[in-house]
Amino acid sequence: MTQPSDDQGPLPQARIDTIPLLILAGVVIVAFFLIGSASTWVTLTIAGVAMGLLIFIMASGLTLVFGLMDVMNFAHGLFIAIGAYVGVSTMKAFSSAAGSESFLENLGALAPTLLGAVVVAGLIGAFFERVIIRPVYGQHLKQILITTGGMIVAEQLIHVIWGPDLLPLPRPETLRGSFLVGDVAIEKFRLVAVVVGLSVFAAMMLVLNRTKIGLLIRAGVENKEMVEAMGYRVRRLFVWVFIVGSALAGLGGALWGMYQENVTVHIGAQMMVLIFIVIIIGGLGSVGGCFVGALLVGLVANYVGYLSPKVALGSNILLMMIVLFWRPQGLYPVNRQ
Amino acid sequence: MPEPLLTLAGVHTHIGQYHILQGVDLAVPRGELTMLLGRNGAGKTTALRTILGLWKASSGSIRFDQAEIAARETPDIASMGIAYVPETMGIFAGLSVKDNLVLAARESALDEARLENVFRFFPALRKFWFLPAGLLSGGQKQMLSISRAMIEPRKLVLIDEPTKGLAPAIINNLIEALKELKQTDTTILMVEQNFHAARSLGDGVAVMDSGRIVHTGRMADLAADEALQTRLLGLSLDVHQ
Ligand SMILES: Nc1ncnc2c1ncn2[C@@H]1O[C@H](COP(=O)(O)OP(=O)(O)O)[C@@H](O)[C@H]1O
Ligand SMILES: [Mg+2]
Repeated sequence: MTQPSDDQGPLPQARIDTIPLLILAGVVIVAFFLIGSASTWVTLTIAGVAMGLLIFIMASGLTLVFGLMDVMNFAHGLFIAIGAYVGVSTMKAFSSAAGSESFLENLGALAPTLLGAVVVAGLIGAFFERVIIRPVYGQHLKQILITTGGMIVAEQLIHVIWGPDLLPLPRPETLRGSFLVGDVAIEKFRLVAVVVGLSVFAAMMLVLNRTKIGLLIRAGVENKEMVEAMGYRVRRLFVWVFIVGSALAGLGGALWGMYQENVTVHIGAQMMVLIFIVIIIGGLGSVGGCFVGALLVGLVANYVGYLSPKVALGSNILLMMIVLFWRPQGLYPVNRQ
Repeated sequence: MPEPLLTLAGVHTHIGQYHILQGVDLAVPRGELTMLLGRNGAGKTTALRTILGLWKASSGSIRFDQAEIAARETPDIASMGIAYVPETMGIFAGLSVKDNLVLAARESALDEARLENVFRFFPALRKFWFLPAGLLSGGQKQMLSISRAMIEPRKLVLIDEPTKGLAPAIINNLIEALKELKQTDTTILMVEQNFHAARSLGDGVAVMDSGRIVHTGRMADLAADEALQTRLLGLSLDVHQ
């Protein structure tokens, strides 16, 4: 038997593309010198990481929804808003546990708040996929119109149910305030955001890399047609990705509401600007890219907000333009067919 | 004569406004390798895609294994025991070689004996086992694509121009592997432009032109008849390879 001639030579190595990670580290280091004060820098960095991880929780589902079925869901912010409002109601219902001085009793309020946000957002996601998304598979213009319309209708419904006013979403007692390490003040709730965000990221990486469902999702993002030609129903897979993505957006919404300590009906729409920037920076369909992009956006927003509040709003758009100028497909482009 | 494994009768396929397949009649006998030949743009790829439901036939009948499949969805058709090796190879570049094969083995975990068989023909795949398939060379990607079709028993394998753009040594390697696949009772429908490969593998042959089958017969007869080759295939085949 003839040996294929291109079989020789050294074994190529699988490597993670580390340049985006170095850029992330570079931003953190440069910020240190620009800010000048170590304690301020630590505070801002933790705030940036916490914000980035919360954005990641909200954005990760959307990047897969787009990657898998080319679906442009402009109503993703709806699930964020639902999570936040369900959080408001649940936290109110558990207000005595939330007000207790015991951390365990606080958990008894936090857990149902987050769980409620996840479950309700997931259920509404299932309904939304069936009623709004499924009729417009493969039709981008209609997707944009109908999901934008769905978002407007849903915001009105939220108005009707929860009223037009800004509602408080208090953090449980023992998660309020900061603790001091030396002269650095660290907000407790930011650590909660970091722990939850890293857990979600780790769980997603585990599923995507170690389970057959995860392999199918990654394969489907690359080449949906080939996955179907191998006998798998990508649509069924997509429904579950949509539901989990909606549930995570709900989780992120509840956490973001607590992070800001209040909720308005525009919470979803406001976050969507950052979320779109993040999934475009990361590379559409790439969960790893979404993670790095979210951290970049969170850190830059906090550093620039401190250094030069006037340009804070534009800083992330500028960041996106720089990234796209360098890598037009995002930090971690997915080879899609 | 037993019923063919796959029968297309009067199959028309439209892609958008274009009328591509214009009444394809084709029988693929069980256990044989049927070569589908024809000029570029004749509709060979469209025929394979229509069998799999990747394009929907606008009329006509496609019978596979005693069932009418023309209206079925691609995953259902594939699950009946059909594997596809597309012209573009359809490798998942971001997945490891192993994970590409794990997904191809629909029914169960990877079968050791079958895997050893794959490695025997394509040792490179063992070497790159845990690496992203995107790092493979063109020839190795084609090996992986064919291995995905071999990793489980299939009733029918559809292969689209596997030798395209590959070096002769690799082509011979592929031919050996496909000969082995033939030994396993697998029925194969294969598109090929390389006449050397077509002649050494084909049992039956069908020639397409302008969206129709214009000739069917035995590969050996076509290989022996240069006048017929020229008339049917013109100069687009590499007859002298
Ligand atoms: N996606 C498509 N859209 C429009 N026309 C197509 C498409 N795919 C193939 N065709 C046309 O269909 C005809 C047959 O193509 P194809 O089946 O790929 O031929 P072959 O595989 O025999 O070279 C060609 O004229 C080609 O231009
Ligand atoms: Mg073709």
